[in-house]
Amino acid sequence: MDILREDLLLTGTKESCGAGDCGACTILVDGESRLSCLMLAAQMQGRDVTTIEGLAEGENLHAVQEAFVQHGAIQCGFCIPGMVLAAVDFLNRNPNPTRTEIREGLAGNLCRCTGYQKIVDAVEAAAARIRQEARL
Amino acid sequence: MGNQDHQIGPVNIHKFPPAYNETLSVGISLVRVDAHEKVTGKTVYAADYYGKNMLWAGVKRAGIPHARMKAIHTDRAGRVPGVFCILTHKNVAGTNRQGVIRKDQPVLVDDKVRHCGDAVALVLAETKTALRESIDLISLDLEPLPSVINPEHALEQGSPLVHEDNADGNVLLKGDLKIGAGSIAEQECDVIMEACFETQRQEHAYLETEAGWARMEEDGKLVIVCSTQTPFRDRMEVAEALDQEPSRVRIIAPYSGGAFGGKDGVTVQSLLGLAALNSGGRPVKMWWDREESFLSGTKRHPARMYYRLGARADGSLHFLSVRLYFDTGPYDHLGGVVLTLALEHAGGPYRIPNAVLKGWAVYTNNPVSGAFRGFGVPQVTAAMEQMMDMLADKLGMDPLELRFKNAVRRGDRNCVGKTLDASTGLMDCLEALSKHSLWEEREAWKCAAGPFKRRGVGMAAVMQASGYGPVVPDVANAKVELTTDGKVRVYCGVVDMGQGNASTNLQIAGSILGQEAGQMEIVLPDTDLTLPSGSASASRCTYTFANALIGAAETLKQRVLQRAADMFMVRDIEELTLFPGGVKHLVSGRELSLGALARFLNDSERVATYRFRAPVAKDSVTSDDGLKLHGLPHRLFSYGAHLAFVEIDELTGKIDVKRYLAVSDCGKVMNPQIYEQQIHGGISNGLGYALSEDFKVHEAKVHTPDFTTYVLPTAADMPDMDSVAVEIYEPTGPFGLKGVGEIATNGPLPAVANAVSDASGVRLLRFPLTPERVLKAIRDQEG
Repeated sequence: MDILREDLLLTGTKESCGAGDCGACTILVDGESRLSCLMLAAQMQGRDVTTIEGLAEGENLHAVQEAFVQHGAIQCGFCIPGMVLAAVDFLNRNPNPTRTEIREGLAGNLCRCTGYQKIVDAVEAAAARIRQEARL
Repeated sequence: MGNQDHQIGPVNIHKFPPAYNETLSVGISLVRVDAHEKVTGKTVYAADYYGKNMLWAGVKRAGIPHARMKAIHTDRAGRVPGVFCILTHKNVAGTNRQGVIRKDQPVLVDDKVRHCGDAVALVLAETKTALRESIDLISLDLEPLPSVINPEHALEQGSPLVHEDNADGNVLLKGDLKIGAGSIAEQECDVIMEACFETQRQEHAYLETEAGWARMEEDGKLVIVCSTQTPFRDRMEVAEALDQEPSRVRIIAPYSGGAFGGKDGVTVQSLLGLAALNSGGRPVKMWWDREESFLSGTKRHPARMYYRLGARADGSLHFLSVRLYFDTGPYDHLGGVVLTLALEHAGGPYRIPNAVLKGWAVYTNNPVSGAFRGFGVPQVTAAMEQMMDMLADKLGMDPLELRFKNAVRRGDRNCVGKTLDASTGLMDCLEALSKHSLWEEREAWKCAAGPFKRRGVGMAAVMQASGYGPVVPDVANAKVELTTDGKVRVYCGVVDMGQGNASTNLQIAGSILGQEAGQMEIVLPDTDLTLPSGSASASRCTYTFANALIGAAETLKQRVLQRAADMFMVRDIEELTLFPGGVKHLVSGRELSLGALARFLNDSERVATYRFRAPVAKDSVTSDDGLKLHGLPHRLFSYGAHLAFVEIDELTGKIDVKRYLAVSDCGKVMNPQIYEQQIHGGISNGLGYALSEDFKVHEAKVHTPDFTTYVLPTAADMPDMDSVAVEIYEPTGPFGLKGVGEIATNGPLPAVANAVSDASGVRLLRFPLTPERVLKAIRDQEG
């Protein structure tokens, strides 16, 4: 995480506990969510790393990002980069989740502001949109 | 380190993204202005500032709770490669004292260590590694003193003193209120309930820990960027503590990654200032890691509360006696204000004609207690709302019926004797709750409990005052500018720490000036650019600032229309209207763009400012000037009624909250999405307080310094929440609004405790309600 934030100046990935407890540092490594605060730089060698800055395609937000915006899932925003990437990986694995499954799937990402409900609403809506777009 | 310097530009402007160009109106759910930048990782928080040539600043903490400072040895620490310098109190030129009401907290310890997290030395180093190594090598000559760890013992004769120069021993503030006939009225009661409640410390646990960055600019100005709720107060505190001219200190407050009261008062500010004064012009950064935040940041006051509540046989409350002991830790940090608010709310939102209310905010060597969402009210609500249920049980009354019987209405006197002359919607909240489908289904739901499960439903009535009380001015100054590009730029005076007031402010200004999202810009709090507007606290952020903003926006609107009228040679400005991007003369159809108009105005005409001071109570409830200064009484209250649906596992004692309803009277709703965000967040803080968040301190040392030992609710722990807004118009509020930021935090603990009692017959008086405590209580009851 230090390389991302201090050397590459990609400060979108956040440190909040430095111990793997809170999920704020979540990034995607070869498409799977990982806690960057627990990773050594050497573990990135040869891998595809996606941080929050790389999720949108130009002006087009990812369906999860758009849903978070529309559903009011963002308050202070500090947990959001990790939460969004965790949700992206979660939906890749479980494209048609129940609300309970969404709650369990995101239980590794702490949020102190929202009480999680609008986050769950957003992920549910994003899942529906992604499924619909996949059908087209 | 990255190659760029972090630029502090003259003005840092935030806007809606280009694709978003909705009409701005008050009362609808608009997407927040900060949502897009936060979801793409573009937002730069105080913790995100770096820069070429930057030094890391870190603090050596005392490690023991109470000691005389003899010497600080920094030689070995100073020789660690990469260490730039080590500073102690000797380097602090000013008073070396900080505090909001009582200035009793040093920037760096000089005479005594007063808690384990006390800051003793400040190290500046090239790397985090050098910083840590150096801090570890600093040694302290300390003469340990007996610690003060129990608030009630701290009040006894002969107790060690935390501040020897305090005239009142270990008392920071005490309150003693007699209402009506006082204790004589106890004899007139038909029923008396008595209990002692203990609530625990709670950790704010904002995701962005205490953080900031500072630099001495070439012109001699000290610039500090920090995650704070109080940029203007910070400026005064830093200036005084470090002997700087306030006008030579600039505090910038970007979007904060959560605060909840933990950043109301100094955290990193003076330390950063001290570092920047000694770094040879290099920028400095301080970012507390999670453990340091646990050890050194402030906490919710733990409280022991003795209650005696008396009523007549018909259920009307007649007498209340409370003794509140709030452990405030070693420094003021608003502890007296918390105690005062607790006393004011100790009787809840009810008519209680006679009362004796006593409380003490006590100095100890435990971790520092300070502001935390609710601010003394969650503690007393935990007690009072359980007393109400216990009383209802004794009287054979339904708990809701007992609340209806005693709920304050407008014009009543509350339990500290304040006449409620502002909007008072508690009855409406109780009505709405009683008609809600969840209330109607409750018995059927309880009966459907599965094997080894017990279900219960519990309620709580809540209130929360807003503002600072009758003495401290609750003032905001708004500034709105028509830029030469024809944009409307709002200078936000109150920090946006996630509550979305940046967006609410744009919604208000845009709606008054008839503009769409695309025309609006916002500047976040900055002591050089925005105007003093008080703290982001006390549920007054929108109430007070928005009232000022309405004035500024209306002033600018009038000026724009007047000037356009002059340019159109029209006499009656009522023939003109603002529309997105311009002004139109309705009669002739002529239009003028805002940009063109702006370029005709002198710079001084393009800016409008307006000051608003919140109205205060005119009636007094005490002659104690100390209590008045600390906020007694308030004038404006929000109200609510909460309902918790709880399922207990008989085998493990675990409590699952299945559903939660919060009905709230916070005036008219300006933005339903933002309103709900506040209610949801408050409920989740309250449920953590109720069930799992147990900040453990033993012998003044913290035993829960991380998220493994201090358990926060996750998405899997939280129920689906229903929020109902009872929209009673508050005439003094902007568009009829009252504060919503804190009130929802007060309901969950007592509602859940009442539900647990309903489910199991067991009443727990110590918190949180961990599975161990619940299981033991159920076993004891059966045994």
